[in-house]
Amino acid sequence: MIAALAFYVFAAILIVSAAMVVSARNPVHAVLFLILAFFNAAALFLLAGAEFLAMILVIVYVGAVAVLFLFVVMMLDVNFTQLREGFQRYAPVGAAVGVVLLVELAGVLGGWKFADGAMALRFAPNAPGASNTAQLGQLIYTDYIFLFQTSGLVLLVAMIGAIVLTLRDRAGTPMGGRRQVIANQIGRMSADTMEMMSVPTGGKTMAYIKPKLPETVAAHGHDSHGHDAHEPADGGH
Amino acid sequence: MAMIPMAMTPTNPPMEATDMMAVGLGQYLAVSAILLVLGIFGIFMNRKNVIVILMSVELILLAVNLNLVAFSAALGDLVGQVFAMFVLTVAAAEAAIGLAIVVIYFRNRGSIEVEDVNMMKG
Repeated sequence: MIAALAFYVFAAILIVSAAMVVSARNPVHAVLFLILAFFNAAALFLLAGAEFLAMILVIVYVGAVAVLFLFVVMMLDVNFTQLREGFQRYAPVGAAVGVVLLVELAGVLGGWKFADGAMALRFAPNAPGASNTAQLGQLIYTDYIFLFQTSGLVLLVAMIGAIVLTLRDRAGTPMGGRRQVIANQIGRMSADTMEMMSVPTGGKTMAYIKPKLPETVAAHGHDSHGHDAHEPADGGH
Repeated sequence: MAMIPMAMTPTNPPMEATDMMAVGLGQYLAVSAILLVLGIFGIFMNRKNVIVILMSVELILLAVNLNLVAFSAALGDLVGQVFAMFVLTVAAAEAAIGLAIVVIYFRNRGSIEVEDVNMMKG
C-alpha cells in the first residue's frame, strides 16, 4: 500500500517535472527539472525492482549527462528570450500531435494483454534469492557479452567524436600552437641545442657538453622545437 | 530481482510474476506514455532551442527505459533490464555527440536556433 502510494507520488513528480523541462523559460531551470525527473524515474525503477538500473540512472544520467547539459547551457552565451519566440506559433500543432499520440497510446494500452505463452517464452527468468545486480552481471557477461562490448565501442566512438568535433587549433592564441611535430623531434640534432666547451685546467684541457641557453637556441635553431605549427616543417638541419 | 518487502500487493492474480511490482503494469505504461508524449511535445514546442530538443530526446529515451523495466518486472524476465542498460549507453553517447555539435554550431554561427540550420541545403 505504501509502495503504491510512493509510486503515485514519484510518477506525479516525474510527469510534472518533465512538463517543466519542455516548458521552462530558462534552460538552466529546464536542466534542473530534468535532473529531478531522472531522480524520480530512478525511484520508479527501484519500485519495479531494478535496483542496479536505478543506481546507473542516478550516477550516469544525473552525474554525467545532466551535468554536461548544465555545462553547455551555462557556457553558451545565448539570448534565451529570443529563442522562445516561436512558442505560441508551434503550440497548436504540438498540442495536436501530442493529443493524437496520447489517444493512440491509450487505445493500444486499453486493448492490450499478455499473450498466453508469454510466461513460457521468458529468456532469463528471475532466480529467487539472487540480487538484481548479480543476476544482471551473470547475464551481461555471458549471454550478452558481445552487446556489452559493442556498447563500450559505442561509447569510445562517441568520446572520440566529441573530442574531434570540439578540438580547436589554438595557433593564434598566446598559448601558441602546442601541436607535436614528430618529424622535428626526430630530426633534432645535438648541435642545435648543445655546444662543446673546452675548459683549460692545470695540466690538460677537459671538454664537456653544456646545454645552450634558451635564447641562443631560439635564435639558432628556429625550427627545431616545433613551437609553432605554422612554420615550415623542414626538420632538422 | 530483489523483492521489495512492501511491494507484495498482488494486483493481477493470473499473472504469476506481477506481484513483485508495487502497482500494476498499466500504471507504469501510462506514466511512460505520458512521458513520451511530453518529450515529443517538447520537440514541437521548442523549435528554436536545440538544447531543449536534446533534453526532450532524453525524456523520450527515459520513457522507453521505463517501459522496458516495467515489462521486465511484470514478466519476471531480466532481459528487459539488460536492454534498458544498452539504451542508457546509447543515450549517453547521443547526448555527448549532440552537445558537441551544439557547441561547434554555436561557435560558428553565434546562435543555436534550429531554424537557422540550412547550411547543408543544396
